[in-house]
Amino acid sequence: MATISTPTGPATQVPEAGAKSTSKVRLATTAFFAILRRDVVVTARDFLAFLAQTLLQPLFFLFIFGKVLPSIGLARAGFGSVLLPGIVALTTLTAALQGVTLPLVLDLGFAREIDDRLLAPLPISLVAVEKVVFAALRGMVAGAVIFPLAAWILGSEFQVRTDRIAILVVILILTALAGATLGLTLGTLIRPEQIGLLFALILTPLLFTGCTYYPWSLLDGIKWFQVVTLFNPLTYAAEGMRYAMVPPQVVQGQSISFPTLDLQWVFLGLLVTIVALLIVGMNTFRRRVIS
Amino acid sequence: MAPQPQEQYTIEVEHLVKRYPKAPVNAVDDISFSVRRGEIFGLLGPNGAGKTTTIGVLTTGVVPTSGVVRLGGVDVVKDPISVKQRIAVLPQRSNLDGSLKVREILTFHAAYHCIPRAEREARADQLLNELGLADRKNDRVNRYSGGMNQRLMIARALMHAPDVLFLDEPTNNLDPQSRLFLWDRIRDLNARGLTILITTHDMEEADRLCERIAIMDHGKILVDDTPDALKRLIPGGTSLELRVRAPELVAVGAPERAEVKNHVMEALRALPGVAKVDVVEREAAASAGPPAGGSPWASAATGAGGGGNWGGGGGLTSESADQEMLVYRVYAEDAGALLVPAAQAIAGTGVELRDLHLKRPSLEEVFIYLTGRNLR
Repeated sequence: MATISTPTGPATQVPEAGAKSTSKVRLATTAFFAILRRDVVVTARDFLAFLAQTLLQPLFFLFIFGKVLPSIGLARAGFGSVLLPGIVALTTLTAALQGVTLPLVLDLGFAREIDDRLLAPLPISLVAVEKVVFAALRGMVAGAVIFPLAAWILGSEFQVRTDRIAILVVILILTALAGATLGLTLGTLIRPEQIGLLFALILTPLLFTGCTYYPWSLLDGIKWFQVVTLFNPLTYAAEGMRYAMVPPQVVQGQSISFPTLDLQWVFLGLLVTIVALLIVGMNTFRRRVIS
Repeated sequence: MAPQPQEQYTIEVEHLVKRYPKAPVNAVDDISFSVRRGEIFGLLGPNGAGKTTTIGVLTTGVVPTSGVVRLGGVDVVKDPISVKQRIAVLPQRSNLDGSLKVREILTFHAAYHCIPRAEREARADQLLNELGLADRKNDRVNRYSGGMNQRLMIARALMHAPDVLFLDEPTNNLDPQSRLFLWDRIRDLNARGLTILITTHDMEEADRLCERIAIMDHGKILVDDTPDALKRLIPGGTSLELRVRAPELVAVGAPERAEVKNHVMEALRALPGVAKVDVVEREAAASAGPPAGGSPWASAATGAGGGGNWGGGGGLTSESADQEMLVYRVYAEDAGALLVPAAQAIAGTGVELRDLHLKRPSLEEVFIYLTGRNLR
């Protein structure tokens, strides 16, 4: 019968009194990146499934609304270039959200596979932060992959201004973080038996009140709805993307940018969302894993 | 952290109280105990006694309402990260990472604990071999049986070389073979210096594994001692059980039968230090009455529900054999010393001694004695 060997003393470094705090920071950092690596490895292994899960629906939207409807005259030509930023924002936000919500609901509900990471030598809050960082990465990858596919689907309708790429990247990151923190909050609040409600009561309104398929400025005629959309973080993401992506129109020799929500409101909306949901999400996460 | 004066204690729990929000009573109600370095310590009690909550506090997952808990001299509330480096937990239910392959579960676990790559790779291979998992290292865990999952969880627990291993009802869902395997592994690990704290509601498990046992009920520790010392709590101490055969009992009538019985009884009572002698009812006769009634001794002897009674009044074929056999229980402070004298006394009465053994009170009886309830 084989016997089990155990080396004497802990293999992890037990910090000495003097070097304690620095050593703990190093431990926590190492553990954090190991946990992040785990999520990346698992996702990379099923990368095609990940792409299908996150991209199929937005690409169909893009095809029908940006290509088919304009072609048969039910939508104006050029709608594609207004729709595309909304689709990028939607994809980024939902891919980030999905990266954390469902795994967390199942994990905290019954699987408890996360326990292994909760027992790693890092603060509990960093386990939640890792979820957010990973989900945001996932969202950014999904959002970025939309561009070449959209160019292929839309053909000549694919028009993106190139002078605001830095803003585009910042908005993409913020959108992914907003989706990730929203995902963390939902994932820690929702019980497994409530998953059906998640889709019906939260995701559906989120998708349709987020200025994804219509620009905010054109809602002037439906004032109450225009106000409603401001409570949806996706509105700020989509409008920010429009600001960065929709090409200016030349009218009477003057270049006029597409009217969007002001950039400062976009940043404010996204930052408030991220900070507020991160705080709420980390607190509920803590409540779920520590009793 | 100042050096600890009581370094021989790995776990120290002082006046620990845990009340969950909105709960009417304390889940853990002012318990204190300590576990020495290298000890196997058991928390024994029924479901809901507070065992899992206690483990939860020790493993940083439950924040105590009050009290102090130290592990290796480190306060678990003030410095959970240092505590997490030194402990490993084997949970009640598998929580293995289903997205990873078997070997990856080990290497990632070690990576979470900041063990360098070369070391974790080597340790993973070594532990997979030792626990008989090497040929399944590329499997996913959901294909595993409960016993295999348990082995993998043991391997995972050992990857970061902890000082203390917590096992929460580890054999709850295991087949008998896996249970024995786990017991062997636990003893083996303990022999190599690991301090082990185990919760269980399994008397046999506690008795066979633990050097010291705290019996818990309703959030309190009722007693905390070695298994032998716990068993001595029961008044009367040990007992001697004798089975005798008296062939003439079948032929003779009732008055003579009673006479033989009393004759043997008197002989046993005359032995030195005997507190009490009982004639134990035959099981066939006893099963006619309510099985859970009567003495706890009887229910312990018949085990869980006893499979022998198929209903009805027993078979005619066994009737004569039943009548030939008599079972006596002799209670004494030191029943062991009576083994030889009792055998001689029986020989003097002319009946035939068929079986003689020393009965030690089980932990089950200790629990009943302490709480007035059965454990399950």
